[in-house]
Amino acid sequence: MTVTTPQEPRTATPIANSLTAGRLPASAPWVILGVAMAVSAALFAIVGFAAGAGFDWGGAIAVGGLLYIPSIWIFSRLVEGARRATDRLVTALVTAAFVLAMIPLISLAITVITLGASRFDVEFFTSSMRNVTGEGGGALHAIVGTLLMTGTAAIISIPIGLLASIYLVEYGRGRLAQGITFLVDVMTGIPSIVAGLFAYALFAIFFGPGVRLGIAGAIALAVLMIPVVVRSSEEMLRLVPNELREAAYALGVPKWLTILKVVLPTSIAGITTGIMLSIARVIGETAPLLIAAGFTQSMNYNLFEGRMSSLPVFVYTQYANQGNPPEAYLDRAWAGALTLILIVMALNLIARLIARFFAPKFGR
Amino acid sequence: MSSAATTIKAKQRPGDRVFSGSAVFAGSMILVTLAAVAIFLIVQSVPALFATSEEASILTTNFWDYVWPLLFGTVWAAALALLMALPVSIGIALFISHYAPRRLASVLGYIVDLLAAVPSVVFGLWGIGVLAPAVQPVYSWLVENLGWFPLFAGPVSGTGRTILTAAIVLAVMVLPIMTAICREVFLQTPVLHEEAALALGATRWEMIRMAVLPFGRSGIVSASVLGLGRALGETMAVAMVLSATGVISFQLLTSVNPSTIAANIALSFPEAYGLNVNVLIATGLILFVVTFAVNAFARWIVSRRKDFSGAN
Repeated sequence: MTVTTPQEPRTATPIANSLTAGRLPASAPWVILGVAMAVSAALFAIVGFAAGAGFDWGGAIAVGGLLYIPSIWIFSRLVEGARRATDRLVTALVTAAFVLAMIPLISLAITVITLGASRFDVEFFTSSMRNVTGEGGGALHAIVGTLLMTGTAAIISIPIGLLASIYLVEYGRGRLAQGITFLVDVMTGIPSIVAGLFAYALFAIFFGPGVRLGIAGAIALAVLMIPVVVRSSEEMLRLVPNELREAAYALGVPKWLTILKVVLPTSIAGITTGIMLSIARVIGETAPLLIAAGFTQSMNYNLFEGRMSSLPVFVYTQYANQGNPPEAYLDRAWAGALTLILIVMALNLIARLIARFFAPKFGR
Repeated sequence: MSSAATTIKAKQRPGDRVFSGSAVFAGSMILVTLAAVAIFLIVQSVPALFATSEEASILTTNFWDYVWPLLFGTVWAAALALLMALPVSIGIALFISHYAPRRLASVLGYIVDLLAAVPSVVFGLWGIGVLAPAVQPVYSWLVENLGWFPLFAGPVSGTGRTILTAAIVLAVMVLPIMTAICREVFLQTPVLHEEAALALGATRWEMIRMAVLPFGRSGIVSASVLGLGRALGETMAVAMVLSATGVISFQLLTSVNPSTIAANIALSFPEAYGLNVNVLIATGLILFVVTFAVNAFARWIVSRRKDFSGAN
């Protein structure tokens, strides 16, 4: 009946728009990166050979990376169009930013390990610097000082920080709580050296000017540590579901027992992690201890009398007051730095492990 | 809450009183500590503010002439560090939140956090031992070829221990905290916004430009201000890396560099005596005030952001 006009056969003519424009194969970035690296390596090999110097790995990789960024843009621009080219360019730049940040980390790790290993021996951990000039000697006095002062700082700041966070989460209403929250923020931003000056000023009033005591160093560290403990514990306490508290109240449990037996056990893993991380943060502090506790070459077990060395200050003084031969002092400084980094890393690792294995299981 | 919600007071047991009492005490201790910090610093600073060069040997004329170049150096080094750290940290945060494979993201974040765990004195050693010799040839090249540019004016420092090197070390040190904040904010971008952008045909970068960056703008600002606060107060790395002479100079590559307040205190305090101690404490007070202002500004931005954040 109806006359159907024969349809024109479809043709597969390509349409020129960006949606159907060509695409680089998935392997293209890698191929281009490889070619860029190869070109750069060849360039450096020729230059290095001509100059008689060795092959510069760092330079070759850096130039290869710099070569890759414009070439991926040009290729993508030719094949895929302007928008995708920009996208690829940004991808390359963002990745480059990450690689750039890894350079100091890797360089630091290599340097500390290679330079620190030469004096990382038994003598380093069993002797002090008393009567030592030149080679030999160790950092036992500094390690003991660090443990004593950091331990005291922890003893001061963990109860205060934990109770303050309990106050903020469980009791705090109104102006006092707001004020404390604000001041904790302020305290987080106190420069470490100002904390040292505060501890010095505090003790100078009682003991006269020029006082340097281990306990002053501990107070300075506590000032730096309290806000970190409060912040992390507060966050962890807020994570405890309100249903748990309400269930305890419904059973007639008093508030303080609820906090002690329900809220704290639920969040103890997170709180411990936060405390470990705060210890890791203050154990590397140099400036406040340099100001408040000073440095010495001998053992000192008494927080309340005389100067007390600590590991970071030991590193600094070994570098700053180099004697003869200077290499011995520098080696000791690097060995101290290696020890310090190992301690901090161990604390961090333990903290993460606690967080992972002892976290409460909320699953059903 | 019904209208007749008169709060029911629980019976106060002795345990409750002791416990809430000690919690309030601990909270107040923070108030007391901070007040003590401020009071002791002010008390010790007052004699220095009006001291003359006869009374305190560290001064050449008066206190303000002494502190001004230091303040300049502090701000200048921190600003340089921020200038370098900001683009890199935004890039890293984007890489971790939007580019890296999902499974790798948390590991990469942890690796960046490792940088924050390195004590500043180790950064100082690294800055002198590795970074300064490595960048010195670059500085020489810059002075030779781009010396007409005021910031790069010569003569070049032979050791590489210039304010630019110190700023690079500072930038590395503030990188982790800035990255962490940016990353958090970028991850909070409403997924619907991102998916809407992608569904409209946006490339990944266009999606980031249209959805992620506008959402994260205040986060980026607060991250940079907090990073600035860190950089202002950083002591040992600057004290060790920078060979300072206490002048006001914008030149980046010479051996004549301004010092910073914190580094100056760390270097001068062990040998200070008499009124010189008060002068140094007074400079510390000024540093405290500056970082306080910067941090308060950052908190204000963060709190302002709360009002309009979320998927709206």
